[in-house]
Amino acid sequence: MDFAQSEEHDAFRKVVGEFADAEIAPYAEEWDRTHEFPADTVRKMGDLGLFGLPFSEKYGGSGADFTTLCIAIEEIARIDQSLAITLEAATGLGINPIHEFGSDAQKERWLPDLVAGRALAGFGLTEAESGSDAGRTRTTAELDGDEWVINGSKAFITNSGTEMTSLVTITARTGPEEISTIIVPSGTPGFEVEPGYRKMGWHASDTHGLVFSDCRVPAENLLGDRGRGFRQFLSTLDDGRIAIAALAVGVLRSCLEESLGYAKERHSFGKPIGSYQAIAFKVADLEVMTEAARLLVYKAAWLKDSGQPFKQAAAVAKLYATEAAVTATREATQIFGGYGFMDESLVARHYRDAKVLEIGEGTSEVQRLVISRGLGLPVE
Amino acid sequence: MKIAVCVKQIPDPATPYELDAESHLVVRPQDQVLDDTDRYGVEVGLQLAEANEGTVTLFSMSPSGSLQGIRQALAMGADKAVLIDDQALRGSAALTTARVLAAAIEREGFDLVIAGTESTDGYTGVVPQQIAEILDVPALSFARRVEAGDGKVTIERQTATGYDVVESPLPAVLAVTAGSVEPRYPTFKGIMQAKQKPIDNLTAGDLGFGDDDVGIAGSGQSITAVAPIAGRQAGEIIEDDGEAHLRIVALLEETKVI
Repeated sequence: MDFAQSEEHDAFRKVVGEFADAEIAPYAEEWDRTHEFPADTVRKMGDLGLFGLPFSEKYGGSGADFTTLCIAIEEIARIDQSLAITLEAATGLGINPIHEFGSDAQKERWLPDLVAGRALAGFGLTEAESGSDAGRTRTTAELDGDEWVINGSKAFITNSGTEMTSLVTITARTGPEEISTIIVPSGTPGFEVEPGYRKMGWHASDTHGLVFSDCRVPAENLLGDRGRGFRQFLSTLDDGRIAIAALAVGVLRSCLEESLGYAKERHSFGKPIGSYQAIAFKVADLEVMTEAARLLVYKAAWLKDSGQPFKQAAAVAKLYATEAAVTATREATQIFGGYGFMDESLVARHYRDAKVLEIGEGTSEVQRLVISRGLGLPVE
Repeated sequence: MKIAVCVKQIPDPATPYELDAESHLVVRPQDQVLDDTDRYGVEVGLQLAEANEGTVTLFSMSPSGSLQGIRQALAMGADKAVLIDDQALRGSAALTTARVLAAAIEREGFDLVIAGTESTDGYTGVVPQQIAEILDVPALSFARRVEAGDGKVTIERQTATGYDVVESPLPAVLAVTAGSVEPRYPTFKGIMQAKQKPIDNLTAGDLGFGDDDVGIAGSGQSITAVAPIAGRQAGEIIEDDGEAHLRIVALLEETKVI
């Protein structure tokens, strides 16, 4: 088995790591505290080409493999999960549906700015009463002449209300048994972005509820085929699972690096706390979790890049890496003791931020469902 | 406009340097990195090339077999590189380095040569001026802002209290300061393209130098001994008994700060 990364992957990892250290690390605590979405830094990530990594050069992308995107997300997450999820959601949920299923006109209109990181797009699937259970979508879109008239609401939509947001793609019922996806440009009358949520973590990531009241968009804003657009989109969900797992690897690495440094520096009873097994063994466990998660994630990415089936590998990687990240942030906080409980410490921020990794883009329970079905079990 | 940018590959500053026990020279690992100060020179070169339909060629002397630092600079956007990689160059002093680089630059042709002010491993800070002297063109140093075009280059030269505006006809040699520009990060596309960009490998002999002209032999200098620097002494703590300011003033006068 060989899923080694190339010299170019390593060189790029180093560049993104340096970028995160220089452009994100000095400010991340402040953004977390003030709940500020740092649009200027997101644009700098755009200049670095991060939003265009896996997309066609025709629209300004890099045509890189999926592994490269995972590397970028991991390196950013090591410093700031909010900006890592901004990148993950922008590429996987914002750009990907248009890049995969958009008409030429839609691609030409929207992709250049999105791929360059000058604009962001959100994907509105979740509603107050339905999450992954998309069959219960209540938002409706009715064709009136050459316009869709949209009514309903969406919940927890990432990147939907920033100053850079150019559109959201939403799922809506277009017939009794028919769910379609439609592009709604920002600023369309009848499309209201609610104030940001009070979240436990990911404070610098932009998340809103959306309300549509007789919101009218042109008929040609239908994305993909009528009644099939949503199912087409579902086929790309496995990618997002690997990407979230890569984000979790960044968190794990950060917990390991921070804890290792602290275990050597911090003294208790005249010796470094790392000389006590109680602490040393926790750090050893962090190393094991980090290494295991890393191997699962980059194996899944390699399977995808080499054109092999990867649904099961993606679910396994997402489940293990995100649960390990939550465990690791709890243990790292424990190693830091009282300092770890201080809101401004990196491990405290990671601890608050990590929990949602077990929830977003398919909960741990959904992953277990996918995995057990993948094993051939007739589980409901 | 033909722009030559001198870049140096150095051992990663994040890892401790190792000195060879006999020659006292820095042991150069296989995977050297681009000297951070050179990122500014490369960025200035790229901006001038973009404004003047120019090309950027990197020049580097490196007896190490390393390409990683050169690739970093190519990934930022430089067009090609000339690398003088030859074991005979080991131990070359600053003047020898300047002779070799100047010979390579002259061979290629140039309108403007850009270098960092000083390297992060050697800190001699004289190579740009020596190159200018050898090429017989003006040297402009400590440039913090650069404009070039219409056969001339204008810079703001950083001084202790502000800056001087200095202008020179081209061709010329320019030494830029860190902080002159914000160096761009290489993109993934840039990294992939760097792999395809030409790197001309030259030896000292290709530039007309004999083995005795370069390296330790050609430098006319040798490192006779190396000693660790003295550890920093503990500072003096002045307790304020109402007269502390007098002691502080006396200390400042002693060190000629006031």
